[in-house]
Amino acid sequence: MSFTEIVFYAFSTLMVVSATGVITSKNPVHSVLLLVLTFFSTAAIWMLLEAEFLAITLVLVYVGAVMVLFLFVVMMLDINITMIREGFLKNPIQLLIAILFGCVMLGLMAIVVGPENFGLAQIAEPARHAADYSNTKELGRILYTDYVYPFEIAAVILLVAIVAAIALTMRRRPETKYQTPGKQIRVKKEDRLRIVKMKAEKEQ
Amino acid sequence: MIPLSSYLILAAIMFSLSIAGIFINRKNVIILLMCIELMLLAVNINFIAFSHYLGDSAGQVFVFFILTVAAAEAAIGLAILVVLFRNRHTINVAELDSMKG
Amino acid sequence: MQQVYLAIPLASLIGAIIAGLFGKQIGRAGAHTITITGVAISFVLSLVALKHIVFDGGQIYNATVYTWMVSDGLHFEVGFLIDKLTVMMMTVVTGVSLAVHVYTIGYMHEDPGYQRFFSYISLFTFSMLMLVMANNFMQLFFGWEAVGLMSYLLIGFWYTRETAVFANLKAFLVNRVGDFGFILGIAAIVLYAGSLDYKEVFEQAPRIANQSISVFSGSEWSVMTLICILLFIGAMGKSAQVPLHVWLPDSMEGPTPISALIHAATMVTAGIFMVARMSPLFEWSETALSVVLIVGAITAFFMGLIGMVQNDIKRVIAYSTLSQLGYMTVALGASAYSAAVFHLMTHAFFKALLFLAAGSVIIAMHHEQDMRKMGGLKKYMPITYWTSLVGTLALIGFPGFSGFFSKDAIIEAVHESHIFGSGFAYVMVVAGVFVTVFYSFRLLFLVFHGEERMDQHTREHLRESPAVVTVPLIALAIPSIIIGGMTIGSMVFGDYFSGSIVVKEAHNVLGETEYHGALVFIQHAFGGLPLYLALAGFLSAWYIYMKNPALAQAVSQKFGFIYRMLENKYWFDDAYFALFANGSRRIGTGLWKGGDVSLIDGLIVNGSARLVAWFAGIARQLQTGMMYHYAFTMIVGLVVLLVLFV
Repeated sequence: MSFTEIVFYAFSTLMVVSATGVITSKNPVHSVLLLVLTFFSTAAIWMLLEAEFLAITLVLVYVGAVMVLFLFVVMMLDINITMIREGFLKNPIQLLIAILFGCVMLGLMAIVVGPENFGLAQIAEPARHAADYSNTKELGRILYTDYVYPFEIAAVILLVAIVAAIALTMRRRPETKYQTPGKQIRVKKEDRLRIVKMKAEKEQ
Repeated sequence: MIPLSSYLILAAIMFSLSIAGIFINRKNVIILLMCIELMLLAVNINFIAFSHYLGDSAGQVFVFFILTVAAAEAAIGLAILVVLFRNRHTINVAELDSMKG
Repeated sequence: MQQVYLAIPLASLIGAIIAGLFGKQIGRAGAHTITITGVAISFVLSLVALKHIVFDGGQIYNATVYTWMVSDGLHFEVGFLIDKLTVMMMTVVTGVSLAVHVYTIGYMHEDPGYQRFFSYISLFTFSMLMLVMANNFMQLFFGWEAVGLMSYLLIGFWYTRETAVFANLKAFLVNRVGDFGFILGIAAIVLYAGSLDYKEVFEQAPRIANQSISVFSGSEWSVMTLICILLFIGAMGKSAQVPLHVWLPDSMEGPTPISALIHAATMVTAGIFMVARMSPLFEWSETALSVVLIVGAITAFFMGLIGMVQNDIKRVIAYSTLSQLGYMTVALGASAYSAAVFHLMTHAFFKALLFLAAGSVIIAMHHEQDMRKMGGLKKYMPITYWTSLVGTLALIGFPGFSGFFSKDAIIEAVHESHIFGSGFAYVMVVAGVFVTVFYSFRLLFLVFHGEERMDQHTREHLRESPAVVTVPLIALAIPSIIIGGMTIGSMVFGDYFSGSIVVKEAHNVLGETEYHGALVFIQHAFGGLPLYLALAGFLSAWYIYMKNPALAQAVSQKFGFIYRMLENKYWFDDAYFALFANGSRRIGTGLWKGGDVSLIDGLIVNGSARLVAWFAGIARQLQTGMMYHYAFTMIVGLVVLLVLFV
């Protein structure tokens, strides 16, 4: 067992176990944290596959931003924890179906991607890169030349996501005072002033 | 000396786990969204593995984009969830059946 | 001469159109003046044509006036065939029409539809003229249908009366049954002769007679028999032979002038005229001639029997018309076409006279038509009485009057004939003489003689009708007396019709009858049975209705079944009503309820809607609204696909 293999099996076991924990945990906060652990192990695996930039990105972006967002939302929604704790053991048939489907799917996929088709005999282990190989540089080189258009589109997608998220959830409190410059400019004399004709003197 | 198939089977396991997670989750919409993230993660592992073994960086570029889109999707999904909670005051999947025909 | 021939129908037509379309503007006097002028012109020009063809020995005119269209070699034309038969018919039609037009001024004096009536009878005159002047089958059929239409319009002239509407529909529908046979006959002629023109068809008659056709699978008929029988079915409808006779008594719902014009003198004789015109065809089929003979004989005798028990004055004359039409048909069947047409001519005059006289009585009695409420009118209405007597004597065949010559000619002809059914026919026509005399004198005695049975109010208002009524009566009485003796020599036994009517040597019954002049003919009658039967009839009627009225009651009770059968007209009307009218209605209702409502509406239209609704009810259970059901379904689908492809 070489070092690589040990690392691989360790982290992959960690990944699978924490993923199982995600779906079986009763407490949603626990689920989120276990998902974070899953992402960390995945980052380690990716390092093994010489994709350093993406591994770090996974940790920074995914764990740092998206999972934190999840956590915020879980905390913010005032969930009735007692009800959620009921879990799934009440319904063993459901569990059985789930395990069944999972196994079926796994089996089918294993047939397709198993060692017969993708083993070492078919695809050899590639040569490791040199010590001064920079994955970031390599990625940057391709990204800004061949794939610049999808890159820009990805940026627009993020913009759209921002706008959509704010548009969906923003609430204005009725008592906050704010100004609307557009309306201020459009105002007319008749809206503000009303002239009333009156007699100069009162009748005696 | 780890064959490519090991990585692929790992990804397959993650994928099936997330599918099973969708099934057994009856109570919590957030868990549903997290299972989706797991699915995307499995696909990413596949891409990186192929990129490494076939020596083509295009796989990593694709992962880059998947990551972007997954982040956007998570944000919007959670926004919808928040609005849903405000209106229905529950995130119990079993109680969200007003679209019943 | 062509202009003269063209002007004859057109004068009546123009009169009819002006009176019809501009009736309100020209007023009553205008309407009757213009139509009478039109018909008078037609009459005078018919006399001119008569003189030209008969007395001046003019050419027979057979030409096309207007070609409507030519289709696949078949010519559809308007054309005239003016020969001696035609001019005779034209004169009769226009003459009686003119008399009726003048009579109508008095009869319809207070009626609100005055102009409409004149327009209709002029239009009828036009249609009848087109029918008799035709030289091809299409124009014949046009005229045929047009007179049927005018009959419908005129019978239902008082259209607010329910009985009138019932009668006119009955007439039209029964006629239609006859027309169905007629048009099948014309179609057969087109099929076998390839032309609609009379001359071309007659030329091909011998060739057609040799062919045969299988009508019902297995039975071979001669083509000529088939054609002639089909044509005769048309004649049966139009000329009211049994069993298509039921419309004629009901047609008495129309005003009396049209009973005289249409249902005595002209329209009903169209069938007789048509068969006479088609003599070149009928002569080739003895089977058809026998059919004609037997049908005519049945009509002649049995319809007369019904006339003996009727109480409505017009119904008696109607059944008399049916009976006389039977006589004409018998003559046709015996191949005595000229005798039939001769009787047609004399009958036109005296029957129209009788109808108009009845109308005169009806006006005087304030539109009362029941004979049991009349009596002793002789002293109040002398002119009407004497002209009725003339008409009656002509009808019964009193020696010397015109009816005598024509009727006896027919009886002689039938006696000489030896085709199948001639023996039966002879018995029928001879027995019919007794019946004819009985009902004729019964009418005369009940109406004009005996005690007065009307109420006081009517009696005070009884007086003779105005001149516009009595002058036509006299005008028709004159030919009723003289025309028989004058023309029998040339028409029946001579060669008057030689160009128009064809008789084969084997059937030439009139040729075998000896004729030595009118006076000898009268003398000869004294030796035959019919005269004594007539005398017996007269004595019976006189005894029962003048001397011993109670006897009538006693006889009717003793022979109760026969009396009831006659009163119900052999139950023909009831049978037709139950079978065809009600039967059709029931089929219609059945198809409506079963076919339309249940099948189409219920099953197909509503059923498909219900099917869709049922299906949707099942399908909507898929929409549970539960997210994990949807997710579950998606994943199951994914697994299935995986299984399929792996």
